[in-house]
Amino acid sequence: MNVPENLKYATTHEWLRLDGETATVGITDHAQAELTDIVYVELPKVGGLVSAKQPVAVVESVKAASDIYSPIGGTVTEINPALEGNPALVNTDPYGDGWLYRIKIEAGEDLEQLNEPAAYKAQISG
Amino acid sequence: MSDEIKKTPLYDEHARQGAKLVEFGGWLMPVHYTSIMDEHQAVRNSLGLFDISHMGQFLASGPETGQWLNRLLTNNINRLEIGECQYTFLLNEQGGVIDDLIAYRYNENDYLLVVNASKIEEDFAWMNSHRDSSVEFKNCSDDFAGLAIQGPQAIQLFDLYFGPQYSRPARNEIKSIQCDLMEFFIANTGYTGEDGFEIFFPSQHATTVWNQILEKGANFGIKPCGLGARDTLRLEMCYPLNGSDLSADHTPLEAGLSFFVDFQKENFIGREALLKQKAEGVQRRLVPFRMTEKSPPPRPHYPIFKGDRQIGEITSGTLSPTLNIGIGMAYLPAEYARINEIIEIDVRGRRYPAVVEKKPLHRKGN
Repeated sequence: MNVPENLKYATTHEWLRLDGETATVGITDHAQAELTDIVYVELPKVGGLVSAKQPVAVVESVKAASDIYSPIGGTVTEINPALEGNPALVNTDPYGDGWLYRIKIEAGEDLEQLNEPAAYKAQISG
Repeated sequence: MSDEIKKTPLYDEHARQGAKLVEFGGWLMPVHYTSIMDEHQAVRNSLGLFDISHMGQFLASGPETGQWLNRLLTNNINRLEIGECQYTFLLNEQGGVIDDLIAYRYNENDYLLVVNASKIEEDFAWMNSHRDSSVEFKNCSDDFAGLAIQGPQAIQLFDLYFGPQYSRPARNEIKSIQCDLMEFFIANTGYTGEDGFEIFFPSQHATTVWNQILEKGANFGIKPCGLGARDTLRLEMCYPLNGSDLSADHTPLEAGLSFFVDFQKENFIGREALLKQKAEGVQRRLVPFRMTEKSPPPRPHYPIFKGDRQIGEITSGTLSPTLNIGIGMAYLPAEYARINEIIEIDVRGRRYPAVVEKKPLHRKGN
């Protein structure tokens, strides 16, 4: 399972890539492999305020709809336009072109509650 | 009755071959091996192999069997020549569906009934409690393994595996044959809309036959397929699923399956209730629908609206891999259960348009 070293991870299988005060969010390779063929993605509203651990998106496979929980709180600045026409990008490139949304992190949010790659690797192999 | 989850004789094989296993109707079954999309396409384009060992098999024998079955089942068993089978319903006194099943007449006075996995004990208890003492009636479900071989290449695979000694049964026919020292029931039936066969044989040979078919079918691109693909395939054909589209709360008339009810034959359980419903008019009907624009997949229990009024809920729903759009079925009030009627499906509080269609949703050549 691919677990890139430059990301932080939530126990609910979302990843976060920090870029100063903003971050990009997606789901992990482990998560997409569990879901298999993703056929629909519902993303949060741009400009909306979200809290850490709040369900903000839905990723749907043929068999089930899965809630996606925001790893951090803040304001949604961008959502991935490619996913409307090609939701399978989440399967084929979960850390790259399959990103879900970008967020401006709220001041005072605690990044320490997210996991380092080693801890996430241990979680998914346990 | 045990609450333990049951496993088919192929459970270890499924685990070994990397299947994702989930509980279904009291059984631990593969939902997919690779993905539902892959397996669905394999059945539509080449060949798929399903473990259906969880399904139930009853054997009924004796000179009075036909008459007895005719009193319990809705279709007319007397229409069956030896080697023929029919789709039929087991109803309660209110005309509600206990189960849908296939009755196969494999000998003069010998019948095989194949029933749904989740209903084996209930069906057997019901039929046994109404038994004619001259009929020998056994629940042989544990003795049989079952496999469904489905796809355009099924005919070639049959000839490779069983031929040239044995010829294929024709559509809706069953044969009982001896092959490799065991007795096979081979029926030209299926739940996918493709050519294919369902075979039943002694359960101790399950792994051997499964692997032999995968080996011989490799030439045709055969894939092992799970219940996920089984559901998307049957839903494209609008075949109902007991527990979702069929239940004790709905009659076959409401389900649009009166073709399999013979009112002309002597009394059968549920007949009076159905005649009453016919006379009063069927108030709601099971219809298929297709989403008319991109939407989240429609799923069971999502509410259905006409304007501000909720008029029903989805009984079965999915994204159709072949049509690449959401599809499903629902019971709607008769006035809305019409082809081209526009309805709205509520998904997580937002409404998406859909249209009532004619069965089946998928036709060959799509």
